[in-house]
Amino acid sequence: MRLAAEIAAARAVAGLSRLVGAGAGMTVPGKLLSKLDPGAIDKLAARLPAGAAVVSATNGKTTTSAMTAEILRPRFRLAHNRTGANLVSGVASTLLASGGAELGLLEVDEGALPEVMRRVQPRAVLLGNLFRDQLDRYGELELVAERWRAAVDALPQSTLVVLNADDPQVGSLGTGIHYGLDDPAVARHSLQHAADSKYCIRCGTPYDYAAAYVGHLGDYRCPACGHARPPLQIAARSIELHGLERAAFDLVTPEGTRRVELALPGLYNVYNAVGAAALARALGASLDEVVDGLGRFSAAFGRFERIPVDGKQLLFLLIKNPAGANEAVRTLVEGRPPRIVVVALNDAIADGRDVSWIWDVDFEPLLEGLDRVVAAGDRAAELALRFKYGGLYDAAIEVQPDLARALDSGLELTPDGEELVVLPTYTAMLALQRIVADRGLAKRYWERAA
Amino acid sequence: MTTIRVGHLYPDYLNIYADRGNIAVFARRASWRGHELEVDAIGMDDAIVPGSHDLYYVGGGQDREQFLVAENLAAKAAPLLEAVEGGAALLAVCGGYQLLGRGYRGFHGEDMPGVGLFPLETVAGDTRMIGDVLLETDLGPIAGFENHAGRTRLDPDAQPLGRVVAGFGNDGESGFEGCRVRRAIGTYLHGPLLPRNPHLADWLLAEALAHRSGGEPPELAPLRDELESQARRVSAERAHARGGRR
Repeated sequence: MRLAAEIAAARAVAGLSRLVGAGAGMTVPGKLLSKLDPGAIDKLAARLPAGAAVVSATNGKTTTSAMTAEILRPRFRLAHNRTGANLVSGVASTLLASGGAELGLLEVDEGALPEVMRRVQPRAVLLGNLFRDQLDRYGELELVAERWRAAVDALPQSTLVVLNADDPQVGSLGTGIHYGLDDPAVARHSLQHAADSKYCIRCGTPYDYAAAYVGHLGDYRCPACGHARPPLQIAARSIELHGLERAAFDLVTPEGTRRVELALPGLYNVYNAVGAAALARALGASLDEVVDGLGRFSAAFGRFERIPVDGKQLLFLLIKNPAGANEAVRTLVEGRPPRIVVVALNDAIADGRDVSWIWDVDFEPLLEGLDRVVAAGDRAAELALRFKYGGLYDAAIEVQPDLARALDSGLELTPDGEELVVLPTYTAMLALQRIVADRGLAKRYWERAA
Repeated sequence: MTTIRVGHLYPDYLNIYADRGNIAVFARRASWRGHELEVDAIGMDDAIVPGSHDLYYVGGGQDREQFLVAENLAAKAAPLLEAVEGGAALLAVCGGYQLLGRGYRGFHGEDMPGVGLFPLETVAGDTRMIGDVLLETDLGPIAGFENHAGRTRLDPDAQPLGRVVAGFGNDGESGFEGCRVRRAIGTYLHGPLLPRNPHLADWLLAEALAHRSGGEPPELAPLRDELESQARRVSAERAHARGGRR
């Protein structure tokens, strides 16, 4: 079949998959297309007049690419996989569905990155961070880092590589544009329990941290061999965190320094914003466009989302690994610590079948202020044990594997006018979104305006 | 009230699969029986002094971290063997389990020396054995999660922790999982292991108390372990449904 005919066939499948309610119809046509012509992704990407940029990281890739999209939208028509379909098939679906696009902006799964980079031949690459995540699926952190290094080394000289300097594994991947945070006032006093890359990647000595921001991300230096964070070309300084509401920082670039106001909370979102700024700048955006785009931005699907319901409010914060969950907990506790929380743990492949990571999350500061936690999802009992052995009384723990019932329990306990915090893993989040949507409270994500 | 003294080996390096969950279970279950847990970190620069700890814990690490501690641990072999010979209890999980054998050949062909406590050898294979596991043991059923490239072969006279009901176990072939020597247990199972297998935690606590008192292991007061049993059931169901081997 010729490419045009294959595209028509695959698009028809996308429409059909939406009609039968199989989700956003994002990955089915991509898989079909890859079957019809394995070279199709390469060809589709090559048709983009302004080329493509790829974004990968363990945490924040969806938000970072959505922020980049917001900045670039006035400048380019984008092919952007904004629903987070980030495997090879999802990338194919996105390219397929974006006929008149000028620039590809592709969030890519950490494991799929080498293949996507090889096939799409991006003009720019942003690599954000590597945290331990789903060891059952990705394997050990070192292996992922090695594959990334090989993929970056294979890029032509002309590719712009944007790297988070604050992550020792990522900052050392090449001589690209380095970004990071530069404000010891918001640093943690010590590395968190779940910190991953604590040992010098060259000689194995524990790093000294002048500032540790999120997990092992920070301003590090090896006392033995001197391996240190590379100098920052793009940095955030004078960071202000306003609880669960917003954050602001000075964006320092070679073109000047501007204040950025973010409608998202937390240091991890400052990382996402600085990364997006560095990538958008590499793709030609002006400093004004960067500041305006970040100012316009509101949360990526499901990552941090408020939904009004019967005079109350639901606040969803996705959790998927220790580093990300720690930031969610930290942001909650530094805002108005909730008294009732629903936590939902599933163990499907997309969540990670190994649930041991919940024991590496520092839930304790959250537990201190809680009257009640509803442990939900397929592994609700395991989650309940995490809270029990974390010091919460049995009577404060409700075990409710069924997500709809868990949501009802939480809402019943929430006083009118107040907010119920829900911390779901990925597939639990999708299921909860569907439950809320079926009750007419929110639009399905693929029905929302781009 | 008895203070149970725990020596936690290399907590900064070997902590990949939520090893602190196991420590939390020891601490809570001891305190619910009126005992206290005192946990000392034993790091690179600290010595093992036989008799000074009733229970040792060695967690799992990624290959890199495991490599960083292997030689240091092997240099501490003599006092650790003496401590276990003297009746101290021990739990070693995954990477820690491998390093307490005679040696481990890692994924990149690097040889790591072992302590020689458990009569076994481990060689990394090409594929990882990943999934839920259910064991049948003298201490009751044990459910957990395994994720290891190492193939561990027990010596013919070695005592395994248990038989694999579902999952891979030591090497995916022998049907054995883990190893026992005196009051020491080594296993690939994490999850973490102890929250959903509280009977195993209690066995180790009782043996540690026996080391402390010099007498018999005491009968620990039973606890309401409903959540624990429920979590183990789910884990066991997973092992049956999708464990690597039946």
